[in-house]
Amino acid sequence: MDNIILVSVLVLGGVGVVSAVILYFVASKFKVYEDPKIDEVEEVLPSANCGGCGFPGCRAFAEATAKKASEEHNLDGLFCPVGGNDVMKKVGEVLGLEIEEQEPMIAVVRCNGTYENSPGKVKYEGVSSCSFAHAMYTGEGGCQYGCLGLGDCVDACEFDAIYIPEDRGVPIVKDNCTACGACVEACPRDIIELRKRGPKEKRIYVSCVNKEKGAVAIKNCSVACIGCGKCEKVCEFDAITITSFLSYIDFNKCKLCRKCVEVCPTNAIWEVNFKPRKIKLDKKEDKKDGDGKAKSVAKEEKPIDIKSGKVTEVKNNPGGNRE
Amino acid sequence: MKMFTVSGSPHIHGENSTKKIMYGVVIALVPAMLVSIYFFGINALRVLVLAAASSVFFEWLIQKYLMKERVTVSDGSALVTGILLAFNVPSNLPSWMVIIGALVAIGMAKMSFGGLGKNIFNPALVARVFLLISFPVAMTSWPKPTPLTKGIADVITGPTPLGIVKEGLKAGKTMSELRPELPTYMQDFIGNMGGSMGEVSAIALILGGLYMLWKKIITWHIPVAMLTTVAVFSGILWGFNPEKYADPVFQLLTGGMLLGAIFMATDMVTSPMTHGGQLLFGFGVGLLTILIRLWGAYPEGVSFAILLMNSVVPLINRGFKPRRFGDNPGVKIKA
Amino acid sequence: MGLLKTFRLGGVHPPENKLSAGKPIETLPLPKQAVVPLGQNLGAPSKPLVKRGDEVKVGQLIGVGESFISANLHSPVSGKVLKIDTVLDSSGFRRQAVIINVSGDEWMDNIDRSTDIVKEIPYTSEEIINKIKAAGIVGMGGATFPTHVKLMPPPGKKAEFLIINGVECEPYLTADHRVMLERGEELLIGVKILMKALNVNKAFIGIENNKPDAIENLSHLAKDYGDIEIVPLKVKYPQGGEKQLIKAVVNREVPSGKLPIEVGCVVQNVGTTLAVYEAVQKNKPLIERVVTVTGKSLKNPSNFLVRVGTPVKELIEAAGGLPEDTGKVIGGGPMMGKALLNTDIPVVKGTSGVLLMREEEAHRKPESACIRCSKCTYACPMGLEPYLLSRVSKLGKWDVTEKERIMDCIECGSCQYTCPANIPLLDWIRLGKNKTGQILRSRNKK
Repeated sequence: MDNIILVSVLVLGGVGVVSAVILYFVASKFKVYEDPKIDEVEEVLPSANCGGCGFPGCRAFAEATAKKASEEHNLDGLFCPVGGNDVMKKVGEVLGLEIEEQEPMIAVVRCNGTYENSPGKVKYEGVSSCSFAHAMYTGEGGCQYGCLGLGDCVDACEFDAIYIPEDRGVPIVKDNCTACGACVEACPRDIIELRKRGPKEKRIYVSCVNKEKGAVAIKNCSVACIGCGKCEKVCEFDAITITSFLSYIDFNKCKLCRKCVEVCPTNAIWEVNFKPRKIKLDKKEDKKDGDGKAKSVAKEEKPIDIKSGKVTEVKNNPGGNRE
Repeated sequence: MKMFTVSGSPHIHGENSTKKIMYGVVIALVPAMLVSIYFFGINALRVLVLAAASSVFFEWLIQKYLMKERVTVSDGSALVTGILLAFNVPSNLPSWMVIIGALVAIGMAKMSFGGLGKNIFNPALVARVFLLISFPVAMTSWPKPTPLTKGIADVITGPTPLGIVKEGLKAGKTMSELRPELPTYMQDFIGNMGGSMGEVSAIALILGGLYMLWKKIITWHIPVAMLTTVAVFSGILWGFNPEKYADPVFQLLTGGMLLGAIFMATDMVTSPMTHGGQLLFGFGVGLLTILIRLWGAYPEGVSFAILLMNSVVPLINRGFKPRRFGDNPGVKIKA
Repeated sequence: MGLLKTFRLGGVHPPENKLSAGKPIETLPLPKQAVVPLGQNLGAPSKPLVKRGDEVKVGQLIGVGESFISANLHSPVSGKVLKIDTVLDSSGFRRQAVIINVSGDEWMDNIDRSTDIVKEIPYTSEEIINKIKAAGIVGMGGATFPTHVKLMPPPGKKAEFLIINGVECEPYLTADHRVMLERGEELLIGVKILMKALNVNKAFIGIENNKPDAIENLSHLAKDYGDIEIVPLKVKYPQGGEKQLIKAVVNREVPSGKLPIEVGCVVQNVGTTLAVYEAVQKNKPLIERVVTVTGKSLKNPSNFLVRVGTPVKELIEAAGGLPEDTGKVIGGGPMMGKALLNTDIPVVKGTSGVLLMREEEAHRKPESACIRCSKCTYACPMGLEPYLLSRVSKLGKWDVTEKERIMDCIECGSCQYTCPANIPLLDWIRLGKNKTGQILRSRNKK
C-alpha cells in the first residue's frame, strides 16, 4: 500500500517538476515585451469595453494611447467617452502628458414621433430589428425618417442608458449616457446624435430629422420640423441652418437663448433642463395642433412644454418627456 | 381607414408545428407502449404515467418559477421525454426512482441548458444513465415478461439476452452453449424477452418508425446508418468466430438497439442537421454500441454510444454542410 | 410522360389557391389619374422628359433610362401632366413620379393597335434589342431587371438556350397562366423574337403541371415552331426562381454569385415575352400588363389587363371591393410578395398580382424555440442552412454569414414557410444579407 502511494507521489511530483521547468523556459523564450504603461493605463480606464473610443475594448485603447504617447507625445484624437475628462486626465498623468479638456457629450434622440404624435397607419409584424424594418418599410407612423421604435439603440447600449417607454415607442436617453456612440452607430436612420451636454445639462435641439416638405412631414407627425425657417430668422448667432426643409442647431454656436423654441410652430425644437418660463401654461391642449390655425394663436401664447428640473418618471409628465 | 398588417415575406405558413411533431412522436410510440403494457402489466403503466406526468410537471415548474418564462409544456416535448424515459427503465423500477429520473431528464439535461432545442444530450438517455450509475441493481433487475393473458405479472426477475451473453462468454461458455438460454428471434421480434420497458418489441418500434418516416418527422439516414453499421461490424466478427461473437440479427433485435436507432438517436435536438452528418452520426453510434457491447463493462451500450455521439454533434454540424446549389454546374464554366 | 422534371434541392409545396385560374383576362377601364413612378425598374430611375402642363399621348416617352441598367418609361394614358412629385411607393417611401390627369385615350400614331398577329420577324438581333430597349421592357415576374440588358451577354459569354418562365409557382397568381392560354400565338412569336435577338437555336417554355390546359395549348401551337419545346414540370415552389428553373429544365446549376449566362442560359418571364412581341411587332411600349387580383374573401377574383399607373384600389374595386375582413394587402404572391402599406399605390411594371389576405390569415403564429429539426435546411433550394444564417445574423456575425454564403439566398421564403417553430428566419436572413452585402460592396470599392 505504502509503495503505491509513494510511487504516485513520485510520478505526479516528477511530472509537475518537469512541466514547470518546460513552462519556465518556454515563457522566458517567447516573452513579448509590453510597455508596462499599457497595464497602468488600462487600470484607470473604466473597463466597459464598449468600443466608444473606436478601439475594440479598453486594452486596445490603452495600447493605442501608450504607443501614441511614446511616439508622438500627445493623445490627439484619442478620447475615452465613457470616462470623460477625469479618466483622460488620469491617463495623461500615467503617460506624463497634459490632456486638453473636452466638452462632455450626450446622445440625443432627434425624433418625437411617439404613438401620440405620429399615430400608426399600419401594424408591423416581424423581428425586433430597426435595421430590418428600415429596409422593408417606412415605419408604422409613415415617416420615412422617423424612429422605428424596435430598439436597435437599446440593444447597442452597454450602459442601460437608453430605453423605450411602452407608451411612447421612441427612446429616451438617461443621464448616465456616456456618449460612447454605440446607439448612434446602431440607428439605421441616423436619428441619434452626440451633442454637447451643455452648461447644467441645458440643451436645445431640433427633435426631428424629417427632410420632406412641411406639408408632407406634418401629415405623418404633428411635431415634425416643417422647415418654415422661423427659427433660422430669429436666431442671432447663426446657429440654425435649414437644409432640405429641416432645421439644424449647431451646438457649438448655440447660446441657449431659447428664442427659436418660442417661435417653432410645431414644437419640434426642444429645450431641456431649463427653468420654467414665466408665461401662462393653461392652454396645454393646443400643443398638438400643427396646422395653420394653431400657428397664429401660438404666436401670442404658445404653450411651450417646459421641463422643470429632472423628470425621471415619464408617466408623470405626458406633455413632454425630455431627459 | 383600415389598418393593414405589414411584414416581410413569406406571408403564408405551412402546416408544420412543434406540437404536431411532438405529438406525432407520441403516436409513433403508442405500439411500443401497448406491447410493454401487454408484457409487463400494470407496473409498466405505472412507470409510464409516472414518468410522463412528472416530466411534464417538472418542466412546468421550472419554466414557471425558476426560469420565469412563457410556459410551453403543451408543446409535448416533455411528454415525449417522459415516455422515452419510461421506455428506458425496467418496469419494476421503484416510483421514486422514476421521479428522480424525470427530474434529471428535464431539470439537468434539458432546462439547465436553456430548455427545448438547446440541450446537447438526449434528456431521456441522460436520465437513464444517471439512474443506471446511481442505482445499478434496481436498473438491471429486469422482470420476466408475462403476457397479460397469462395472469398478473409476477415479480420474477431475470437477465436480458445481452446480459446472458455477456456473463456466459465471460464464464467461458460458447455461443452455441448459450443459445438455448436465449429467447428465439421470433420472441425478440415480438418483444417476449427481458429488458427495459419499451425496447423489447422490435415490431412495435419499427411500426412507430415507419409512421414517423411517413409523417416526415425523421429521415431514414440515422437509423439506417446505425443499424447497417451494427449489422456489418458484428457480422464480420461473427464470421470470424461464431462461437465467441453473437450473430448480427441477435445484435439488432436485442437490447435498446431499435429503440435507440428509431427514437433516441433521431432526436432532432441532439442529432446533426444535414444528411451527411446524420449518416456519420448513425455510423458512430452503431460502432460505439458494438464496441461497448463486446468489449465494454456493460452488456448494453446504445445509451452510452448515443450520448457520446451527441457530444460531437456541434463538431459534425460544423464539418458537414448541405450540398450547396451551384457547386456542380453541369457544364464547364469559363473562367 | 414518365417522371416530371423539377429542381433537386429543397423546395416546398404550399397550397396553390389559384382562385382566378378560370377567369379570362378583362380589360380594366382607364383610371382618372395615372401615377407613373419613375423608378419602376431595377437599377437607376428614369429621367423625366415631361413637365407640368404637358399634353401626353398613350405610348409617348416620358422618362428615359440613361445609365446602363435602367429603362425607358412611356405614358400609359393620354392627358395632361399634373405634376412631377413624390408619391408613396409600396414600402411607404417617397419616390419621384409623373402624375397625369387622364383625358380620352389617344395613342401615338406609330403604335399598331390592331389584333392581327404579325408573324414575320424582319429585324436583326441588334434591331430587336434596340426596339426592346426603346419600349422600356423590364422583367415582369417581379424583379424588373431591364430586359435589353439581359439580351446582351457580356463579351466572351454565349447563350445556348432561352428558357421562358411559365412556371408561376407562387400560389394565387394566375396572370401568366391566362396569358399562356389566351395569347399563346403571340407568346410563341415573342419567344422567336427573343431567340433571334440572342441568336440561339433552342428555347424551352417551363410550365408547372398544375396548368395542363396551358401546356396543351402551347404544345399544340408550338408544333409550328420547331425549336420551341414545352417542358411540363413537377409542381414545386420556388421553381419560378431563375436558378431553379434552369436546373429543372436543362439540369445546369448557376454557380454562386454568377448570372445564368454563365451556364449558357437566358430566362425570360411569360409576361415579358408577350411585351417583347408587342414592342417589336406592334411598336407598343410597356404600358400595360396583366395583374391578378385575388384573395379568399374577395367577391370576384380576376385577371385584369391594366395600364401602368392605375391605383391598386381601382383594381380591387373592379374585383368586388375591399372585403371587410382584409388584414393584409400583398403586391405579388404570398411567398415573395410585398405587404402594401395602403391601396393608393399604383400598378407598376413589376406588379404581378394583388392579394388580399383575411385578418386571420394575415398574422404570423407566435414564435417558439428552434428544435433543430433541420426542416429549413431540407427546404432550402440553394442548399443553405437557414437556421444558422438567421441565428448568426441576429448575433451580427457578418464574417460567418459571408462564409456560409448568405448572399446565395434567393429569399424564396421556403425556410420560414416550413419552420415548425414559426421562427421569422427570412426576416433575419434578409437583415444579414443586407449587412453582408454592404460589407462586401465597401470591400470591393477598396
